Amino acid sequence: MSNAIGGTEPLRLAVAKGSLFEPTLELLEEMGLDLTAVRGDSRSLIFDLGEIQLITMRPSDVPTYIEAGAADVGVTGKDVLVEQDDRRFYELLDLGFGRCRMALAAPTQGASLEDVVLRLGAMRIATKYPRTAIRHFEKSGREVEIVEVKGSVEIAPLTGLADAIVDLVDTGRTLAENGLEIKEEISESTARLVANQVSRVLRAQQIDDLCEKLAASIR
Amino acid sequence: MTYGLPPGTRDTLPVEMSELRAAESALLDVFEMNGYQTVATPSIEFAGVASRGGNVRSDAAFRFFDDRGELLALRSDMTVSVARLAADRFVDSDTPIRLAYSGSVFRVTDPKRGEPREVRQVGVELYEAPESSDSTGTAEVIGVLGQALDAVGLDRAVIGLGNSNLFSDLMSELGYSEEAVAESLERLSRTDLVGLRDVLLTSEVGEEKARGLLELANLRGGEEALQRAGEIAAGGTQEAMNRLQETYSELETKGLSERVRFDFGLLRDPGYYTGAVFEVYDPALGRAIGGGGRYDGLMPRFGSEMRAAGFSLYLERLHTAQTAAGGGGA
Repeated sequence: MSNAIGGTEPLRLAVAKGSLFEPTLELLEEMGLDLTAVRGDSRSLIFDLGEIQLITMRPSDVPTYIEAGAADVGVTGKDVLVEQDDRRFYELLDLGFGRCRMALAAPTQGASLEDVVLRLGAMRIATKYPRTAIRHFEKSGREVEIVEVKGSVEIAPLTGLADAIVDLVDTGRTLAENGLEIKEEISESTARLVANQVSRVLRAQQIDDLCEKLAASIR
Repeated sequence: MTYGLPPGTRDTLPVEMSELRAAESALLDVFEMNGYQTVATPSIEFAGVASRGGNVRSDAAFRFFDDRGELLALRSDMTVSVARLAADRFVDSDTPIRLAYSGSVFRVTDPKRGEPREVRQVGVELYEAPESSDSTGTAEVIGVLGQALDAVGLDRAVIGLGNSNLFSDLMSELGYSEEAVAESLERLSRTDLVGLRDVLLTSEVGEEKARGLLELANLRGGEEALQRAGEIAAGGTQEAMNRLQETYSELETKGLSERVRFDFGLLRDPGYYTGAVFEVYDPALGRAIGGGGRYDGLMPRFGSEMRAAGFSLYLERLHTAQTAAGGGGA
């Protein structure tokens, strides 16, 4: 079987596209991998690089592939792992790059969130990270209504869909340009290396080698 | 499909059914040859019995009231149901008691994740007197597991073996606070090795000991891994280490050392495990096809002094692995 977890087959590495993609490629190049094929204009999503097979996907899909063993190891953000922490995978390494914050943001002008809670009992929060958001507000004893959205969450408060948002903030520029500001910081996130539980045992040597090389490169 | 099925359930058609039956009977034959007699328990138990295992999985059981207002649960774990049976029905029996089973368990899962709500567990339970040997019982059930895997043609399957006490015992002996031990175990049981590293390295016990523990959590392999674990644990946790060593020696004499891979970061679902823990991995599947271990604390929850060890295999997953390995039924 071509997708079997075996000793001599290439290690299947799931890589998140988006903002983590370029730094991940740079890290792999530092390890000595030739990524010409990946950097070319191919529409392919899977690349055979000798000892590693690179599989590119949305960041939030990485835990799905890892849990099912459709990939042995993967790189994605801690924000994604926290949101999907009911899935089973091993979190092996903090890769250090892709640092950003999970934050509660609300319009710079207008009613304060405290006021909303006081008068309406709960605030409405638009987010792509419902579990993370619920957990944050539960911890601080506040009731919220979560509105799950898939795309640009910044427009939610502007259009009246929600009072505030919980989202990943990098530089804060998108927030500022949409009249929003950070009210509370929830957590910090960086890129992580994760592994499938079966691969972790059956391909221990290959995964340890990869970890060692990655750890050496990020230092 | 006019009428359909609830999410997470499915029909089994003749070809698959005959292969599943062949695999099931091959497993039960191996168990009977080793003296494990087959029993069955009802699918419905009192909810209070079903939750007595105390593991995360049994919390996710389907519960409902009957016409007398009793809270009932569909069994979510065969080990707990068979433990109840042993405590009820084998009160004055001589030990050891060897029981085998094949039964469906029901779990509340997220159907969007492709997880079934009903799966078949086939396995064994070994109940022994409190003074019986720890490693002999553990090695016996792992030995039966090895034969079972042979019988269904899973030559490539590996048994990942760890110990649920080793890590916490070693931490306590190294002088970590109770709080740090609890926090570390929580990270380890969530398989969050980055979080474990943060907890250990920020502790006051010192970096060298923290690095040893981190290496231990990440240590897996054959006999060399066992030796390395012994070096890391040097001077401490002799009890857990000795048991592992003894278990391994007994597995060697059974010719099973090739199948066994140590995994010192393995905890399984926290709940009733009190020593050895193991999982079965096949290259064809990304999830364990079965697992088990020692759970000496389980029978006391049913008022019995007996200690217990056993394992169960997920029949459908095992069959998927068989199909990938190129074989049909057994």
